[in-house]
Amino acid sequence: MFVSKRGFSLIALLIALSIAGILSACNNSGGGPAASSSVSLQGAGATFPNPLYQKWLSEYSKLHPNVRIDYQSIGSGGGIKQIQAQTVDFGASDAPMKDEDLKAASSEILHVPTVLGAVVITYNLAGTSKTLNFSPEVIADIFLGKITKWNDPRIVADNSGVTLPSADITVVHRSDGSGTSAVFTDYLSKVSGEWKTKVGTGTSPSWPIGIGGKGNEGVTGQVKNTPNTIGYVELAYAVQNKLPVGHVKNSSGTFIEPTIDAVTAAAAASVATTPDDLRVSITNAAGPQAYPISSYTYILVYKNQKDAAKGKALVDFLWWGLHDGEGFAKELQYAPLPADIVKRAEAKINSVTASGAPLRQG
Amino acid sequence: MSAVADHNKTRTFGTTDWRRLLSPTGNTGDAIFRVLMFLMAMLMVSIVVAKVIALTSDSLMSIRQFGFGFLLGREWNPVKGEFGALPFIYGTVVSSLIALLISVPFSLGIAIFLVEQAPLYIARPVGFLVELLAAIPSVVYGLWGIFVLAPFLRVYVEPFLARWLGWTPFFRGQMTGIGLLTGGIILAIMVTPIISAVVRDVLTAVPGSQREAALALGATKWEMIRVVLVNGAPGIAGAIILGLGRALGETMAVTMVIGNRPDISLSLFEPSYTIASAIANEFTEATDNLYLSALVELGLILFLVTFVVNGMARVLVWNVLRKTGGVGRAA
Repeated sequence: MFVSKRGFSLIALLIALSIAGILSACNNSGGGPAASSSVSLQGAGATFPNPLYQKWLSEYSKLHPNVRIDYQSIGSGGGIKQIQAQTVDFGASDAPMKDEDLKAASSEILHVPTVLGAVVITYNLAGTSKTLNFSPEVIADIFLGKITKWNDPRIVADNSGVTLPSADITVVHRSDGSGTSAVFTDYLSKVSGEWKTKVGTGTSPSWPIGIGGKGNEGVTGQVKNTPNTIGYVELAYAVQNKLPVGHVKNSSGTFIEPTIDAVTAAAAASVATTPDDLRVSITNAAGPQAYPISSYTYILVYKNQKDAAKGKALVDFLWWGLHDGEGFAKELQYAPLPADIVKRAEAKINSVTASGAPLRQG
Repeated sequence: MSAVADHNKTRTFGTTDWRRLLSPTGNTGDAIFRVLMFLMAMLMVSIVVAKVIALTSDSLMSIRQFGFGFLLGREWNPVKGEFGALPFIYGTVVSSLIALLISVPFSLGIAIFLVEQAPLYIARPVGFLVELLAAIPSVVYGLWGIFVLAPFLRVYVEPFLARWLGWTPFFRGQMTGIGLLTGGIILAIMVTPIISAVVRDVLTAVPGSQREAALALGATKWEMIRVVLVNGAPGIAGAIILGLGRALGETMAVTMVIGNRPDISLSLFEPSYTIASAIANEFTEATDNLYLSALVELGLILFLVTFVVNGMARVLVWNVLRKTGGVGRAA
């Protein structure tokens, strides 16, 4: 109508050429090792270490611009499922995989611990910004719904200098399946027999009471915006949002503040009893300075990599993370691994092979 | 038209002229067009059928394990492997009902105002703004709900309701601003633009002769509007069904403010859980096959609930048509 027949065919030709150009550009980038030397890796899993992994990815891409790594924090269970289905190159989970999950995988999956984190008790008490002390049984009973008011005598007993309001406690937990929940319920099962029988450990336990928030971010948001709430989040989220953090009594009887050193102390105390595959729970660890709700977080990789180029990029990244990456841990409120565990994790990375040959030479 | 009718009459059925069989004019283009349109319509139907088949087959494991008890089961415990859908069905239905209760009067009011009463220089911008509400993403509603609506409800509205209506079982318990009431209110806001837009169209479609006839017989403005409403009743019912459909399936906004607790409680202040929220929250973490299957069965139930609700509303529309003999469209 507005364009002549010749003009129309000219426009059509231009469009076809540009589409062809775009398609060929897409084919060249981010794909086979044959075309160029760029490699792209995909990872998914826990939200717990997500802030740290994002920092690692941005720093690593500056050093190695030809390696593109994407990490999606969809939750520990999602990470386990994706690595079992081999839709990602590496998974991430706070709680180590169970025996049944490992058997269900097509080949052997290695657990490489990356950092340590703390699950902290955070709360919003209208009128007080003081730090509260919590005994393990008190925490369990609050989350069981047996302690309902902030000025319950058992909470008051642990906090002599603080006037607690007579308000109802509103419990906030995770609505989605989460490794943070798994670590927290693992701790509660250890310190409370009633919790162990009634609720148990898991990424999606059936919480007796409370409202659910989605992700660490959701719980943080609920606690921050609603007065008289109590919840559990990963330490970094509480610190960055300036929420008060409770001191928890450890197995030696001291009320410990969740600091990086206290978390490393919990791991150090458990090094002797850590099994070969590095799957261990360090909640309620022994040790006078240990913070009781600590946990490793793992990256899950297949021992036998199908694609040698991707496998090499992956092990190089993991090696970098284990050494240089640990330097970023402290500023983001994660605790670096104890030296012994670093050595054992190195051995795991060195054992990753592709077609039988190890990908790293020592 | 009569020429075509004559043409039909003289058609010889003994021929194998497929073009004549497929279209009255015997035109090839028409025949192809008709086949194409038929295929597209069948594609839509087959997609729905395929969805039902996929949902059913993936939830077979859970259906075999729990049977009908799933619909009545009140406990949702992934750790122990016990799954019951009643809390989710309750949460979905009640939050949608609250949304409709709040939204329908507002939507009707907006539509009547914009069509019957407002001068054009007001009707256009206001109408545009109302429709803009429908364009806001669900997550943004959820964020607004957490940071603005929930504190507002907690500080002003819930204490007011508890004081005056606390004797009913609907307004009891802890007032956190997060719960069934907040979910219902957010859904109401999300559903209002849809209902009001369709009702506006319906009211505009009522012929002006109806309005003039009412006024000529001495009706007041309100009585005239009533006549228009009765005329458009099936269309209005259709609009409400559309709104209900959106409310039943709305996920992100509701997840952020409803509290995500699979419990059944009469009080609107208590947290609750909808089917869509449960699937969104738990699907990525469901590593267990039975867990996955139970979640898919929840999806199947939502599908069936929407189906039944629409069916009931259709029956309602037919009744209205019979009673009033209204001229509304087959909405």
